[in-house]
Amino acid sequence: MASQRIPVTLTINGQKIVRDIEPRTLLVHFLRDELNLTGTHVGCDTSQCGACTILLDNQAVKSCTVLAIQADGSEIVTVEGLEQEQLHPIQEAFREKHGLQCGFCTPGAMMLGAYLLNHNGPLTEETIREQLDGLLCRCTGYENIVRSIQRANEIMNERQNAQQAARATGVG
Amino acid sequence: MYTAPFEYRRADTVEQAIGWLANDPENSKVLAGGHSLLPLMKLVLAQPQVLIDIGRITALKGIRIEGDDVQIGAFTTYREIVESPEVNEFCPLLAQAAQTVGDVQVRNRGTIGGSLCHADPQADMPAAVLALDAELLIEGPSGQRTQSIDGFFLAPFITSLAPGEILTAVKIPKLPAGAHTTYLKRPHPASGYPLVGVGIWLTVHDQVIDNGHIGITGIADLPFRARHLEDFLKGRLLDAATIAQAGPLAADDANLDDDPYKKNLLQVYVTRALSQFGESFAAKGLNGKS
Amino acid sequence: MTQVMGQAVKRHEDIRLIRGQGQYTDDMKLPGMVYAYIVRSPYAHARITEINTSRAASMPGVVAVFTGRDVKDEVGLIPTAWIPPDADLKVTPHSVLAYDEVRYQGDGVAVVIAETPYLAQDAALAVDVKYESLPVVTDPFEAQKDGAPQVHTDIPNNIAFHWKAGENLDEIFAGAEVVVKQHFRQQRLIPSAMEPRSALAQYHAAQGELTLWATTQNPHIHRLLMSGILGIPEHKLRVIAIDVGGAFGSKIACYPDEVIVSWASKKLNRPVKWTETRQENFQVTTHGRDHVQEVELAGTRDGQIQAIRVKTYANMGAYLSTAAPGVPTILFGLIVNGAYKIPHASSEVLGVLTHTTPVDAYRGAGRPEATFLVERMVDLYAGAVQMDPLKVREKNLIRHEDFPYTNAFGLQYDSGNYQETVSKALQIFDYPAFRREQETLRKQGKYIGVGFSTYVEMCGLGPSEVAGAVGFQGGLWESATVRVHPTGKVSVFTGASPHGQGEETTFAQIVAEELGIPVDDIEVIHGDTAQIAMGWGTYGSRTTAVGGAAIHMANEKILEKARKIAAHKLEVNEEDVTYDSGVFSVRGLPSKGVTFQEAALDAYLAWNLPPGMEPALEGTAFYNPKNFTYPFGAHIAVVSVDPETGDVKLLRYVAVDDVGRIINPMIVEGQIHGGLVQGIGQALWEGAEFDNQGQLVTGSFLDYTVPKARFFPKFETAHTETPSPHNPLGVKGVGETGAIASTPCIVNAVMDALRPFDIQDLPMPLTPQKVWQAIRQAQTKEPAESK
Repeated sequence: MASQRIPVTLTINGQKIVRDIEPRTLLVHFLRDELNLTGTHVGCDTSQCGACTILLDNQAVKSCTVLAIQADGSEIVTVEGLEQEQLHPIQEAFREKHGLQCGFCTPGAMMLGAYLLNHNGPLTEETIREQLDGLLCRCTGYENIVRSIQRANEIMNERQNAQQAARATGVG
Repeated sequence: MYTAPFEYRRADTVEQAIGWLANDPENSKVLAGGHSLLPLMKLVLAQPQVLIDIGRITALKGIRIEGDDVQIGAFTTYREIVESPEVNEFCPLLAQAAQTVGDVQVRNRGTIGGSLCHADPQADMPAAVLALDAELLIEGPSGQRTQSIDGFFLAPFITSLAPGEILTAVKIPKLPAGAHTTYLKRPHPASGYPLVGVGIWLTVHDQVIDNGHIGITGIADLPFRARHLEDFLKGRLLDAATIAQAGPLAADDANLDDDPYKKNLLQVYVTRALSQFGESFAAKGLNGKS
Repeated sequence: MTQVMGQAVKRHEDIRLIRGQGQYTDDMKLPGMVYAYIVRSPYAHARITEINTSRAASMPGVVAVFTGRDVKDEVGLIPTAWIPPDADLKVTPHSVLAYDEVRYQGDGVAVVIAETPYLAQDAALAVDVKYESLPVVTDPFEAQKDGAPQVHTDIPNNIAFHWKAGENLDEIFAGAEVVVKQHFRQQRLIPSAMEPRSALAQYHAAQGELTLWATTQNPHIHRLLMSGILGIPEHKLRVIAIDVGGAFGSKIACYPDEVIVSWASKKLNRPVKWTETRQENFQVTTHGRDHVQEVELAGTRDGQIQAIRVKTYANMGAYLSTAAPGVPTILFGLIVNGAYKIPHASSEVLGVLTHTTPVDAYRGAGRPEATFLVERMVDLYAGAVQMDPLKVREKNLIRHEDFPYTNAFGLQYDSGNYQETVSKALQIFDYPAFRREQETLRKQGKYIGVGFSTYVEMCGLGPSEVAGAVGFQGGLWESATVRVHPTGKVSVFTGASPHGQGEETTFAQIVAEELGIPVDDIEVIHGDTAQIAMGWGTYGSRTTAVGGAAIHMANEKILEKARKIAAHKLEVNEEDVTYDSGVFSVRGLPSKGVTFQEAALDAYLAWNLPPGMEPALEGTAFYNPKNFTYPFGAHIAVVSVDPETGDVKLLRYVAVDDVGRIINPMIVEGQIHGGLVQGIGQALWEGAEFDNQGQLVTGSFLDYTVPKARFFPKFETAHTETPSPHNPLGVKGVGETGAIASTPCIVNAVMDALRPFDIQDLPMPLTPQKVWQAIRQAQTKEPAESK
């Protein structure tokens, strides 16, 4: 039974990955141990801390509570995949607003933050604090994480506006 | 921590899952979103030998209208419920409860079916499905059956699902037009589980309560319908006096231990939940003054 | 000058951390690495009657299974490294794996080593240990009574030490106009750093060398202690802590687990890694606080405090952890008078052993316990003499002109302007308006309250002579090497070991400012005993005050040498050379100059150095501080209490802190935020609980409330800057202030809200249930009973 191995195919940070795995392999361990994507962290056993948060088919989920095999065929983005040509707005904002100290919960915090940016809800101080229920941070006191997410939203809009402006100029 | 080893099978159809489950129902578990089961397995509090993944069975997914019912596939996530136009139009109470489950990440992954079958007495969804008179569609070796939600929860973590059966969908009768709904919850500060959760729908005409159901979770050994309270409310004015009298009645249907704080919480949350309906006529002097 | 100090420079460490490129211990993977899983006792107190490892040993992937008996003769005991003198301290023999008796739930009894972590856990669950359970005691007050279950048979009444300071105050208390007495329970806390502890050991047999990657706040202390435990000479041991995911005191101690993997690596000649689960973190990583305090305060009827007397039963857990005995004595007992001019004081502390997880430093370590009791006592005293608590504070605070101030225990507070922080806080918070609003709301049956905390703490640990005098088994100076490379780029090596506090940035700012070079030209290296000669680590808010000062001294050496080189090149006297913005120039002749980079290159080429000068450009300094530093401040909290549910809601929090000179205001604010959340967490939510069998009831994040974002309003922070006079940078320390000041501030606010119910005190955490019960009791009490 322990020897059962099952093939799994995943697209991780844009790259197709095929592996044979033991079915009990948790997605977080698959990322960390099989693929050396050690940016995603394990902070608890009970699905509370959120340090392992990743995007699974564009949804923020806790990769410690998903079997890798359950994610077969899915697209995954981890902290290592946030940066595309330039830093993702959430990365830039976390640095600018001091949204991290020890950095351990940070990958999870940023993945959750990146998800919130793309889910259209209003990003007020209060709503962000509520949506951080699935994240435990022992260093920052959260205030700068809230600021970082708000700032990331601004950066995202600034970049979109700049792109539009560039496009407009290009057309003109 | 890690789960003990198990054999993994991914079912493409309900029939296939049931077939596998029938081989060894005692040592097999059905895996949906995994947000109830996997944490238990990681703490080695559950050690199924066979895990049957129903996550790819398309028949178990999605929300649709079936006549007078909203039918929700067992493998529907909390987020899908929260965002569903059908749910928000015809049984918003379900979305209100789902919105308070766990956290963003848990709601993205956890499913209604998984939650109900796990039967944790400290879960949010039972309050809503009880108040909404849900019917459960169940399939097993001997075919399909429906089961009223009333009677589904037998004991903490034990349901009336027979070995080998799978919950396939939750059928919720559309609420009467104009029904008021609310789910008021007090989360445990650490776990976020409801210490008490009160789900209510009411229909009110000319300030008189026509009809209404109340489901309560978290506080007793099982989630329950507050039928005495419902009976009391019917035909009464929804005003401060009624609400003040109503609060204590919720305990009549609850199997509570004698913790006075729990009794108090139940009363306060029922009172506050009722008070939320129409601030205009309920705002005056409702703060438990007696 | 470049003016880099004082600026909110973005953190250097973030560049890797936001990309997921940090290197935490558990991220490490070495060829041939195997994984350890430690089998732990489910009992808090039991005799081990049998261990059967045969089934585990035969399971797939298992490399070895060892028990306490396999290990005990090959490694030493876990030492206690702080032995306060004149305290009759008894050593608590602590084997790396228990072999006869287990003394707390989680005590290790065996270790399984396997090819994967999954297989290691599988086999660990198959190790069959038979126990005979023994009686348990968990409460320190109960444990020191005659007849209590013994934790260590040769330590009577479980009293591990008995420490006293101060004078006999019987006469003063007998003659006092007002005496206030109160019991406090400083509940036990679980530090809960988000990164679980981890250790990876690699033994190199040919060289007889061991490399240990570990989650530690103090790699050099680890090297020193591990060398003794393992019998591997210090020069053959290398301890590395690159990125550490928070610690808060819980990664100071030397733990059995690190010894086990080190020993096993040598035994098996393979790298061995162990990472704790969160469940283990709850059970075996050191806890914090846990005092029973009996406090008395004497004063006049008009609000002058005359004396404070404290007797404390400090729960030490089952063994005396590395720094543990110093926490409830030196770091607590000597500062129970707080920020007040209290002429007479005495402290007595019993360090009591129980069948619980060992207790050690936790953010603030001793000072929160002291600050809590004095800040609460001031409020109770204010109530007793019917004065406003703020008035009593203003009347008793040490005044600006009193500095340096020597307290009743002989500590010399370096500098302060306490009144200024109070004034600044009151500019932010309109106190009279609050009292009016409070009165109005009370009439409507709504309860809000305000709490104050005007605190001082001692940090920047500390003078080594004092360390020796108080029994700390190490020095408390810090080292720095500033190495200028031929191109003028700089590597800084510090003996401090930051793990989230941002000193890779702060230290670079000090170097950039003082050497006049760009901050991006500087790399700060820490946490590797092979690269850094010696250091004492990061704890006690010491890193910038002590480690930063060492860097300042190293910078001075570099500038002195570079100036000589520049003078030689410019063919002028050294006295005629000025240095500004990275250029040495001749006084009055600004056009002729030598850049810092040119001087560096000259130093390395050594083609033409001043006669007798050695090549290269590098400064090493060892800074031994003359005193501790004493940050202070004024905090104000506003809460509401819902009488129907007992819910406490934090409405406002104003924190005015003076942490000395500020090098990076962004980082300082972040440190304060984090401290506040931990301190407020203690007041309202956090608390470890054991049942009467010594089982940890709050053993996961489901039960133990680590505060969440939604619990807090936006904090209102401000600063004053009173430099420390004895420290070359003028800095004090900021890591712990938030946690020290906020706990009593919140409790004072809740008690103020509850004033109409005449509730004197409630034990922390102030859970809704406790508050509701107290209100209900007050409401059902006969009116005659109230004062």
